[in-house]
Amino acid sequence: MPSPTDEARRDEAGRTGTAARTGTAATTGTAGRTGGAPVPGAAPADRRERARRWRASWRRSETRAAYGFLSPWIFGFVVLTAGPMIATLYLSFTNYDGISEPRGVGMENYRQLFEDPSVAKSLMNTLVFTVLRVPLSMAVALALAMLLLRVGRATGFFRTLFYLPVMTPSVAVGILFLLLFNGNVGLINTVLGFVGIDGPSWTTDGDWIKPGLVLTTLWSVGSTVIIYLAALRNVPQELYEAAEIDGVGRRQAFVHVTLPQISGALFFTLIVNTIASLQTFTEAYTAFFGSANSQTYSNDAALFYVVHLFQQAFQYMHLGYASALAWLLFLVILAITLVQARLSKRFVYYEGEER
Amino acid sequence: MTQLTTPPGGAPASAPSAADASAEARTARPRRVRHPRETAGPVGRTLRLIALAAISVVFIYPFLWLVSASLKPSESVFDNVLIPHVFQWENYTGIWDEVPLLTWVGNSVVVTLAAAVTVTVSSAIVAFGFAYFRFPGRNALFGLVISTMMLPAVVLMIPQYLVWNWLHLASSQIPLWAPNLFGSAFYIFLLRQFFLGLPRDLFEAARIDGASYWGMFWRIALPLCKPALVVTFIFEVHASWTDLVRPLVYLRDPELYTVPRGLKAVLDQFGEGGEMRWEVVAAASVIVTVPMIIAFFLCQRHFVEGIATQGRKG
Repeated sequence: MPSPTDEARRDEAGRTGTAARTGTAATTGTAGRTGGAPVPGAAPADRRERARRWRASWRRSETRAAYGFLSPWIFGFVVLTAGPMIATLYLSFTNYDGISEPRGVGMENYRQLFEDPSVAKSLMNTLVFTVLRVPLSMAVALALAMLLLRVGRATGFFRTLFYLPVMTPSVAVGILFLLLFNGNVGLINTVLGFVGIDGPSWTTDGDWIKPGLVLTTLWSVGSTVIIYLAALRNVPQELYEAAEIDGVGRRQAFVHVTLPQISGALFFTLIVNTIASLQTFTEAYTAFFGSANSQTYSNDAALFYVVHLFQQAFQYMHLGYASALAWLLFLVILAITLVQARLSKRFVYYEGEER
Repeated sequence: MTQLTTPPGGAPASAPSAADASAEARTARPRRVRHPRETAGPVGRTLRLIALAAISVVFIYPFLWLVSASLKPSESVFDNVLIPHVFQWENYTGIWDEVPLLTWVGNSVVVTLAAAVTVTVSSAIVAFGFAYFRFPGRNALFGLVISTMMLPAVVLMIPQYLVWNWLHLASSQIPLWAPNLFGSAFYIFLLRQFFLGLPRDLFEAARIDGASYWGMFWRIALPLCKPALVVTFIFEVHASWTDLVRPLVYLRDPELYTVPRGLKAVLDQFGEGGEMRWEVVAAASVIVTVPMIIAFFLCQRHFVEGIATQGRKG
């Protein structure tokens, strides 16, 4: 959404001339563009003018009705999103414990972030997990989607099968991980044993916990498969015909036609999967933390960032410190999303777009 | 076998494809790039089907394993035999005595329904506000809605907990669904797209007939976007039924637990003292999972549609 405010300003400027009574939708689009050109850094007089227009528009029943329809979201945004954001920021500079009055501690919490070995450890665990999981799941999903393409009616059947694990609650996935990846008696190592591989102890060996979890979460790759399948089906046939005329082989057609054509879907799943992976909680928490398991597994290889945050906030009631942790995560996700969005400008191809 | 609807792209039916392909092969030029939409030749198709069948074992087997484990006696959970030698049904009956599982299922049903109903109605109201009306600030506000989708849920978890605590509702089930009263960004986006697709003349006509804005929404827009409402509803049912985080934060009293929270408690309980009764844990896992599987088979078309649309956003 490239600068929505800019658009809004155009929208507003457009409606002064037309003075639409009811929803004359078409007018805003065309008249808006020819009408007032957006002035960057509006002068005070201009601001007054806009405020006047806003009041005039508010008097019209349509605007009031519109804000009426929007009011649930606006209320929720203020009370459950914007307010909490500000509150978290404030709390992150205090030592709030949920009971006594919050007392300001300056940058203490943030200083602690950099000294706390658990933060470094959990951040590292989460990044390793994300870097392993995201590309792997995208590759597997794309391979499955390609495989599903040319099998006629069987597509629907297998698509259903592949989607089934997505329905499995994450708690159950965490438990399945413990059962199937059990080092001594688990199914995975038994199967590996058939081909002569001595499998690692996935659930207790710190080096193997994350790969094991990655493999487990790969199981629910089905929704990405469906997105890719839909994207692949939208690739225009003519492009392959053109490629064929140019004497392009299959592999090259994949690289030069298929991949660019589905880059929008690839990019979407990249962002969504990355954000989701950075917030991994339930599978790891189910398998390794809680009242009993935490003693069983002293290994902190499964200490993911959100798990650490959760423990700090709701087990130890370090709400101030946990707020600082939350803000750090927010900044990390924001940075990664922005970098990916910047990259997408270079790699993502949109039909009929000239930007 | 349950068949999904024929995809919008329209893969050709399988029956005539074999004949087509061989006819094609005779006339086709040598290095032909096949379009993915076409059905592969008979050999390619068979190979693909074999590969798919092999892969689908990986997707199905864990379910079978779980169900099988849930019926075995404790000592043979890991014997890797799919059909138990002894069917120990007590794993299922016993668990009802040891933990209030039935109460948990009831709690989950109540919370899930409340969450899905509220989010569907409220998101539809807000989405209609964005789709139909022209008003100052519309694009800025919609941009705000979209940007909240990027916000990690954990950032808001602590202060939201404090808000509920302040309202003395922090250890009730209300925080699990009440936020849905205010709509949810993703569903607002989804439903707005749908409302935008409705012909505007319809609403103009209703206005001339004297309908109020609310009447237009309730009597015209809502009935026409039933498919999108269904998608919203079932997506939220899934999200709410499987959620563990919010129950972990808010629910203290085991009587109020939802099934995932209860399952975690079962895991913790039997984990204590090193004696893990995996067969009971497996039985509880089956009980959480099965309702979702049934829901999926009832509405798989909507699930698939909803998921497939997501990619087009990018």
